[in-house]
Amino acid sequence: MASYSTNEFRGGLKVLLDGDPCVILENEFVKPGKGQAFNRVKLRNLMSNRVWERTFKSGESLEAADVLDQDMEYLYTDGEFWHFMKTDGSFEQFPADAKAVGDTLKWLKEQDVYTVTLYNGTPLSVTPPNFVELEVVETDPGMKGDTAQGGSKPATLSTGAVVQVPLFISIGEVLKVDTRTGEYVNRVKT
Amino acid sequence: MGTDQPLPGAAPSWQPTATRQALESRARQLDWVRGFFAQRGVLEVETPVLGQCGVTDVNIDSIGASPRPVAGWPHPKGWLQSSPEYHMKRLLAAGSGSIYQVSRVFRDGERGRRHNPEFSLLEWYRPGWDDEQLMGEVADLVCGWLKTPEPERVSYRQLVQQHGGVDPMTASIVELRQACYPLTGDPGMVDQLDRDSCLDLVMSFRVEPALGYDRPVFVTHYPASQAALARTSEEDGHPVAHRFELYVRGVELCNGYWELTDAGEQRRRFEADNARRRELGRPEMPLDQRLLAALESGLPECAGVALGLDRLLMLKCGVDDISEVLAFPAERS
Repeated sequence: MASYSTNEFRGGLKVLLDGDPCVILENEFVKPGKGQAFNRVKLRNLMSNRVWERTFKSGESLEAADVLDQDMEYLYTDGEFWHFMKTDGSFEQFPADAKAVGDTLKWLKEQDVYTVTLYNGTPLSVTPPNFVELEVVETDPGMKGDTAQGGSKPATLSTGAVVQVPLFISIGEVLKVDTRTGEYVNRVKT
Repeated sequence: MGTDQPLPGAAPSWQPTATRQALESRARQLDWVRGFFAQRGVLEVETPVLGQCGVTDVNIDSIGASPRPVAGWPHPKGWLQSSPEYHMKRLLAAGSGSIYQVSRVFRDGERGRRHNPEFSLLEWYRPGWDDEQLMGEVADLVCGWLKTPEPERVSYRQLVQQHGGVDPMTASIVELRQACYPLTGDPGMVDQLDRDSCLDLVMSFRVEPALGYDRPVFVTHYPASQAALARTSEEDGHPVAHRFELYVRGVELCNGYWELTDAGEQRRRFEADNARRRELGRPEMPLDQRLLAALESGLPECAGVALGLDRLLMLKCGVDDISEVLAFPAERS
């Protein structure tokens, strides 16, 4: 596997640190004119999602991590694994475990496309698109004529996610939701 | 800092990274510098950017060049100069009197918010002066241009004790490493550091960021192990270098010496550098025999200083990335 020297570190680079795949967030070069050069590096550990700060002597290197982001369609779950398929026509399938799926579970809809991060060929994490469109399966009855008011109520979506929606929303409507914030965006005309 | 690699099919970034305003400030700064020295009768000189020797400094890598042979230089391996120091000292030895130079210098691999591998250095020498006198002139130049209060002068020892919690003159290597562990997140790396590298870490991470906000600060009396080309003496029973640096708002701006004039001592320091390079597995550098010959023939007692003009301009413009004052940083050159 290739390796990267501190000189090549930049945001987005995937490296192995203490055996775990990490993505570099920031790299700062620090050197007194006549003194030893160091690189202060911020990395996110892709296994634990924790942010690490490490200092390296400039010129040291880290092994590249075999980490790849791929678009994949969600197929189904067998209760233990969630199965995804590449969208490149290869029909290649990858089972992701509960840890990899994580919080994305509540946005998983069959036939939608997600970003699956593979580490050594195994799903490490699943990231939903920024916006998903999901049907309301449960909420208090809609209140017509209340569109101008600021009030809100909880609504349960087909995937199990619960979001705050305006009072006029009723069961059966399809909503656009921002997965980064979990917030309602608008109704989708169907 | 981006990589500046264009996406496939996209046009490469060709625009300058400095604003027109920053370019104007750069031109005015150069006028200020030249006016300052003209008024004081210091002679402007030019010396080679491509020289036959680089430097032995353990922490400075020169960029090599491979020119074709010319008469008198039959097996050329050249080096882009990391500072005009050696050539300027040869001029001093030849009786030039006070001289200054604005030159482009090169340090391999140095790129960051305050570093570019190629940068502008102002270097000057004052025969008959010592480090204390030269600090006064540096203050006139810098504070006059930046319109800051007069700098204070504080010893390296006091600053490292105050901000790093360790005495650089008496601490054992174990104590120095202990001071470094919390700064790196990697004890294994710290255990490979020698005394001076530990001190560099404390200096970079703890001391520098705190320096020069109320007023600029001259750091003085460096440990003798960090003397480079400065003469040394004793202070409170500890060997110290007659070396100073100026910090303004956390930025290291210059490095000055009451210059070493002893050829024998200079040769020993070069050889010690190369011995350390061998230990670290870094290439040894040829000794500059012409500089040593000039010292043998007699370098006048003098003080000299090198000041980073790009950083001075960063402070003048109030920006914290060197790219903002360079027309084209390395990755766009």
